[in-house]
Amino acid sequence: MSTEKPVFRHPQATRNTLGLTRKDYEGAVSTLCAGCGHDSTTNAIIQACFELAVEPHRVVKLSGIGCSSKTPAYFLSRSHGFNAVHGRMPSVATGANMANRELLYIGISGDGDTASIGMGQFAHALRRNLNLNYICMNNGCYGLTKGQDSATADFGSAGKKGVPNPYSSIDLCELAIGLGASFVARGFSGDKQQLVPLIMGAFAHQGLAFIDVISPCVTFNNTATSTKSYEYVREHSEATNTFDFIPLQQEILTHYPEGTSQEVIMHDGSIIHLHKAEAGLTITSRRKALDNLEEQKARGRLLTGLLYINPESKDTHEIINSTLRPLNSLGEADLCPGNAALQQINAGLR
Amino acid sequence: MQPTNTDNPEYFHKVIDCQYACPSHTPVPEYIRLIGQGKYDEAFRINWISNVFPGVLGRICDRPCEPACRRSRVEETPVAICRLKRVTADYKNPATDFRLPVPSAKNGKRIALIGAGPASLTVARDLLPLGYTVDLYDDQSKAGGFIRTQVPSFRLPEKVLNEDVDRILTMGVTTFFNQYVDSLKKIVDQGYDAIFVGTGAPRGRDLPDLPGRREGAAEIFIGIDWLAGVLYRHIVGCGPRVLVLGGGNTAMDCCRTAKRLGADEVSVIVRSPRAEMKASPWEIEDALEEGIPIIDNHAPLEFVVEEGRLTGMKFQKMTAVYDRDGRRRLIPSAEPPVVIACDQVILAVGQMNSFPFIEGDLGLTMNDHGLPVLDRTTHQSTVPHIFFGGDAAFGPKNVITAVAHGHEAAISIDLFCQGRDLHDRPGPAHTLVSQKMGMQDWLYDSSVSVDKRHAVPTVDRAKSLRDRLIEVELGFDKPTANHEASRCLNCDVQTVFTYSTCIECDACVDICPEMCITFTDNGDADDLRARLLAPADNREQDLYVSPPLPTGRVMVKDENVCLHCGLCAERCPTSSWEMMKYTYKSRVAGEK
Ligand SMILES: Cc1cc2nc3c(=O)[nH]c(=O)nc-3n(C[C@H](O)[C@H](O)[C@H](O)COP(=O)(O)OP(=O)(O)OC[C@H]3O[C@@H](n4cnc5c(N)ncnc54)[C@H](O)[C@@H]3O)c2cc1C
Ligand SMILES: Cc1ncc(C[n+]2csc(CCOP(=O)(O)OP(=O)(O)O)c2C)c(N)n1
Ligand code: SF4
Ligand code: SF4
Ligand code: SF4
Ligand SMILES: [Mg+2]
Repeated sequence: MSTEKPVFRHPQATRNTLGLTRKDYEGAVSTLCAGCGHDSTTNAIIQACFELAVEPHRVVKLSGIGCSSKTPAYFLSRSHGFNAVHGRMPSVATGANMANRELLYIGISGDGDTASIGMGQFAHALRRNLNLNYICMNNGCYGLTKGQDSATADFGSAGKKGVPNPYSSIDLCELAIGLGASFVARGFSGDKQQLVPLIMGAFAHQGLAFIDVISPCVTFNNTATSTKSYEYVREHSEATNTFDFIPLQQEILTHYPEGTSQEVIMHDGSIIHLHKAEAGLTITSRRKALDNLEEQKARGRLLTGLLYINPESKDTHEIINSTLRPLNSLGEADLCPGNAALQQINAGLR
Repeated sequence: MQPTNTDNPEYFHKVIDCQYACPSHTPVPEYIRLIGQGKYDEAFRINWISNVFPGVLGRICDRPCEPACRRSRVEETPVAICRLKRVTADYKNPATDFRLPVPSAKNGKRIALIGAGPASLTVARDLLPLGYTVDLYDDQSKAGGFIRTQVPSFRLPEKVLNEDVDRILTMGVTTFFNQYVDSLKKIVDQGYDAIFVGTGAPRGRDLPDLPGRREGAAEIFIGIDWLAGVLYRHIVGCGPRVLVLGGGNTAMDCCRTAKRLGADEVSVIVRSPRAEMKASPWEIEDALEEGIPIIDNHAPLEFVVEEGRLTGMKFQKMTAVYDRDGRRRLIPSAEPPVVIACDQVILAVGQMNSFPFIEGDLGLTMNDHGLPVLDRTTHQSTVPHIFFGGDAAFGPKNVITAVAHGHEAAISIDLFCQGRDLHDRPGPAHTLVSQKMGMQDWLYDSSVSVDKRHAVPTVDRAKSLRDRLIEVELGFDKPTANHEASRCLNCDVQTVFTYSTCIECDACVDICPEMCITFTDNGDADDLRARLLAPADNREQDLYVSPPLPTGRVMVKDENVCLHCGLCAERCPTSSWEMMKYTYKSRVAGEK
């Protein structure tokens, strides 16, 4: 097996505004099973970073445990990374984010890592609206430990072992909307046309952006009886909308006929243009967003695309009014402002 | 686009850029792989079967394969295919007898070959194993044609030439050397079943009308005659200052030979801009490296003869102007003519065919260019049992083209002698064999080397310039040959797609370092080429298109810069991509 990619790249490979090619955003060659959905999701992240001309050294990759949580090794090898213990990615991300709010945080987790052992951490990161891009590679099983059903496995779905899951499943998107995430989307590893703009939108969003990416486990959960197989997802997904992500400073070239699209201006000035499949599908209301999901579920469909967005939400830093500067840039004078400042604080407490 | 028909033997053949470009379709990647495995005899045999003169061609081939080599689209330089061919000749076991078995019982058919150049020798090599009686006529004392009389020994040592030529002659050719055929009729009258004319393009162009031509004649030479004179030692020295006129390979051989015969100053003078010279880039480079300047944009006006002695040549400087269609015209510049002093001039300004020995009443039709009217495929002339090949057929080309002609003519002669249709020719033999060894292991070395092209070592320049018989290039040593061989991208190991098992997981798309693969909605060729992940604007390279997949999309692979690294197949969970070795072998006479 090849453990290295050849060094050659397409002679006409495009460069982004930083002069970097896609190769500059790649990582090591994946050691996951051939055909794993996680690899495709990884490549969607690479593509999004490349297209947005993200500076690799301004990115922090964090993850827990699982095949999914191994993927930060396979992208952005020039970025910072922290591989936390099982289910603990959110707390490490919170700490890092508190220390330096200026970096781009990509949290990678799996459905086991998120919906079982890490459920508590997940809930609190959502509640605090941490400025984190939380990407859950959801395959309905514990891939790394050989395919046991996870908490997101649908009722009745059966993987390679053939035993139907007797429990009801957790819908991570509904949970995220319910618990305070300000950007919630669902994608599919097999549809990069939809997934790449979703990731770019998440990056532009200030606050917790959660993307539930259905990433089939080819080895343990890609059976005809599984609801998380390539074929099932392809046949049962229903997109809320298709959309274009227009980064800040990029000229708007497309003309959108009135009534067919909705414009959402992001915190950083970027624009998301939604082309609604169904007129009237509202995604800026929490209640409506939850309704949309439930409605499709009742029809046996899996809703994908951007499900909910609140572009005006406040992230953790804004909520707790923390310093605007990274902690490592604070000097002695900032940290020990002297007696006069202390007296002022004390006076305020009297 | 319609789904690609990979059953067409030419589809995967075209992916093997080098083999496809080679006039005799030598299976290049296969012999390069064998070199890497140290199997020099097998590697040599592949060349011998296909291009007949591995030792010669490994040194002097025009190598159309190299500009075609995929590697030059991936990095700067192609694989040194030609010099690796030489490696097979250098390191094969000297005791191995490569000659093909020739039946002792003859088939009763007699064939005459006129001219003993590479074209005729190829016909002999192909027909002898089938039981034909082969008579070879040449006006020289030894076989080889122009590769003996023209190509200088410092590029092709006589020993190497003899080895390749003798391998054929000793298979049982009856030779008639030192016999100029002055009448084709006489040969016809001998009742041969078929006649092959491989007499080359033996006449060098002169500048007969230039003033001073007659007066200076003693020091003005026709390039190809002069080279032959040097070979036969009629010419052993030359003047201290030599001008060589012409921009082709003959000019390069003349100037380098003159240098070795003791000339102090040799210059090459060409009419047109340097960039338009006909000579191969590597020949020009070699001349420049030996300290021979190339003076371009100079048109000859007159030979300057003083007191009966050639003292120089007068030239008009020219300027190249381009009209709107990009066509080039040379116009005299405003500057006054210049005189370049010299003691000797060698004219290498072109080569012509001439058939003074073909009688008009034979029924052999000639065209306006003085060339025989031939069937392009069969090489048959208007006299059914007379065939032409090599430079005599369609004008001067090169050795490998002469070999390819020889193969085709031999097939025609064999069919003709059996009374069969000459157009009912045997197709290529081809096979497609899986390279899968284990889960993600291949029978070929799929890793992609990052080595830059290795330079061939040469002898000390001062030493080589003293003696025209010393070969300049030393050839690769075995370790370097191995490294150079590893640069080959295995273009014969094809990526074969089975659409019915693909689950459209994108794994192949994601892993491919060259962005070759795209899953997208179908369209026409122009539309698809513009929509692929990476621009597909090399139209000489095909798009491999699948039938529609379950999502309605198609798989489109641009063959252009695929590294044949096998990663797509390694990452495919359903083995929808498979690495399969494609062998393609042109037929030689007698094969079905
Ligand atoms: C200076 C020079 C350098 C070259 N260098 C290269 C090179 O590096 N690489 C390359 O690929 N090609 C090279 N070529 C071209 C190459 O030599 C020819 O294309 C090739 O030899 C043609 O082969 P052929 O079999 O058609 O005929 P030739 O090789 O020309 O052989 C024809 C033979 O027929 C003989 N003959 C002609 N008429 C008669 C007759 N009436 N009776 C008897 N015998 C006759 C001739 O004397 C000659 O021996 C070079 C050519 C020249 C002039
Ligand atoms: C504290 C702890 N408990 C249990 C495990 C065993 N374990 C490793 S990975 C994993 C599940 C991972 O599932 P998921 O997050 O869905 O990742 P996947 O492999 O499916 O991508 C478990 C339970 C562990 N590594 N650490
Ligand atoms: S076990 Fe499943 S999740 Fe893990 S790498 Fe293999 S296919 Fe992917
Ligand atoms: S062999 Fe496959 S992965 Fe490698 S360059 Fe070719 S198409 Fe891409
Ligand atoms: S890796 Fe195989 S199954 Fe997946 S898209 Fe490519 S060819 Fe199809
Ligand atoms: Mg999982």
